Amino acid sequence: MSEEVDQGRRRLLVAATALTGAAGAVLAATPFLASWKPSARAKALGAPIEVDISKLEAGAMLNVEWRGKPVWVVRRTPEMLKQVEAATPLLLDPNSDGSVQPRYAKNADRSAKPEYLVVLGVCTHLGCAPMAKFQAADVTVSADWPGGFYCPCHGSKFDLAGRVFKGVPAPSNLTVPPYSYLNDGRILVGSDATQAA
Amino acid sequence: MGNPSYDTATARGLWGWINARFPLEKMLKEHVTEYYAPKNINVWYLFGGLALFVLVLQLITGIFLTMSYKPSATEAFASVEYIMRDVEWGWLIRYLHSTGASAFFIVVYLHMFRGLMYGSYRTPRELIWIFGMLIYLALMAEAFMGYLLPWGNMSYWGAQVIVSLFGTIPVIGDSLAEWIKGDYFISDITLNRFFALHVVAIPLLLVFLVVAHILALHEVGSGNPDGTEIKKYKDANGIPLDGMRFHPYCTVEDVLAVGVFLLIFCGVVFFAPTMGGIFLEPPNFEIANPMQTPPHIAPVWYFTPFYAMLRAVPSAFGTQIWGVIVMFAAIVVLFFLPWLDRSPVKSIRYKGWIPKVALALFAVSFVVLGYCGMKPPSGIFPLLARIFTGVYFVFFLGMPWWSRWGRFKPVPERVTHNAH
Repeated sequence: MSEEVDQGRRRLLVAATALTGAAGAVLAATPFLASWKPSARAKALGAPIEVDISKLEAGAMLNVEWRGKPVWVVRRTPEMLKQVEAATPLLLDPNSDGSVQPRYAKNADRSAKPEYLVVLGVCTHLGCAPMAKFQAADVTVSADWPGGFYCPCHGSKFDLAGRVFKGVPAPSNLTVPPYSYLNDGRILVGSDATQAA
Repeated sequence: MGNPSYDTATARGLWGWINARFPLEKMLKEHVTEYYAPKNINVWYLFGGLALFVLVLQLITGIFLTMSYKPSATEAFASVEYIMRDVEWGWLIRYLHSTGASAFFIVVYLHMFRGLMYGSYRTPRELIWIFGMLIYLALMAEAFMGYLLPWGNMSYWGAQVIVSLFGTIPVIGDSLAEWIKGDYFISDITLNRFFALHVVAIPLLLVFLVVAHILALHEVGSGNPDGTEIKKYKDANGIPLDGMRFHPYCTVEDVLAVGVFLLIFCGVVFFAPTMGGIFLEPPNFEIANPMQTPPHIAPVWYFTPFYAMLRAVPSAFGTQIWGVIVMFAAIVVLFFLPWLDRSPVKSIRYKGWIPKVALALFAVSFVVLGYCGMKPPSGIFPLLARIFTGVYFVFFLGMPWWSRWGRFKPVPERVTHNAH
């Protein structure tokens, strides 16, 4: 037996063992890390929902829950649409370039049909729920208030198309979720794939 | 006493039998009876021991709370009410735990301030400071996750705000936030997960880090208000001349400290467990409601200095990650303290007016930021938060320069101490 150690062989064996061990550790960690992703049940519960808007009165707002978030459907009157137009010069992102919305809602009134606004009622600052302040000149917001949504957490303001005002913490307009009209009185929130029957 | 070494063949009695097989006596000597602490340590040196006491208090009360608590979105809120109303002494155990959380941060903040005053983080104690900072981080994670468990409305929305911070990270943010929540929103799944982390994972980590913190301390020895090294002058037996045995001299002080602490602590537990909405916030007495934000979301007081910094920074370039970066930077910069401080002396006692004013300004900025973080972001508060966020960062980032300015008094060779 030789007392001589083959250093090259020793280094190779140590490196190979360490590498195999590390690869094994990474692979073994995968199922644990992946177990934190939304489960099959959570995904199923997050499926699109149907909303009946046929009974919504002009100027009223419907609040439905989708994926644990409030989805607002506002039936806007012609006056409210004028308020949207009036607010435009006060806005940070009037054309919704830096905001999240489906293609068909990237327009001045941010909707597929101007009469109905569909937005997530979640402030784009830190996820609070803004409050509906539809009255223009509402003194609880400000005297020159054109009407819209006001977030009580950190003071962000949005117009009646969910577009954010300048000089508030929220960086972008309210998010418009994917949605589609099943017929004139029913919308499907959460999916805008080719309309189902 | 000497240092007898035990041998399985010759050791006598139960004590000998154990010590021949396990280094019990050796460990006791090294860390308790023959660990030498400087004779001149003062009242500021009691908060480390108190922190350890509060940790044990939290572990014990926490274990008993898990016996009646249900980590599920449908049952959690009611199970906390059950603990408060129906479980024998349940209210006491829960209030000890909830008040203990605030007490933990008070004690830890004072402990850290001691470090700042006397330069406790300087060579050779950098690693003690880093372990301490890791404990602080683990403590913040522990407190944050624990606050979700009662499933009150502030629990819910506080968690919502903090988790959405991760959502601001470009590209991976949204999927990262979803991964943390295990759902598309803070749900039963998130609650169950936070429970596991709060009750098992992070406490284990905390205990491990505390052991590392103390082992590092006992390796290099405790600092003192003079900023000298007591190991420099030893007697013939190698015992520091300015040292005293940890037991009984320090343990007796720690027992007294625990007594005084408990006097105040129990006063709060018995008479003001919510501390006027500061320790337990009023909206948390309502069940979590994903559709209804509390009118004003504020974290519990110990996070408010950082929350104020988060809000002080406006969004820019279509993202509000800047506030998040500033907030995390405020914590990360603390890790580098041992290398930012270039003062020729460790202790505030031998520094000139510039470092004294700087430290005072830092303390003021931390308190003012904490107050701003509790208040709604209107009126004077956003401006105050911006100014004092600036002061906070100038304190740390300017430290390599200002810590060297001015006159310094000579540091004595031996500690300043009158025997008593």
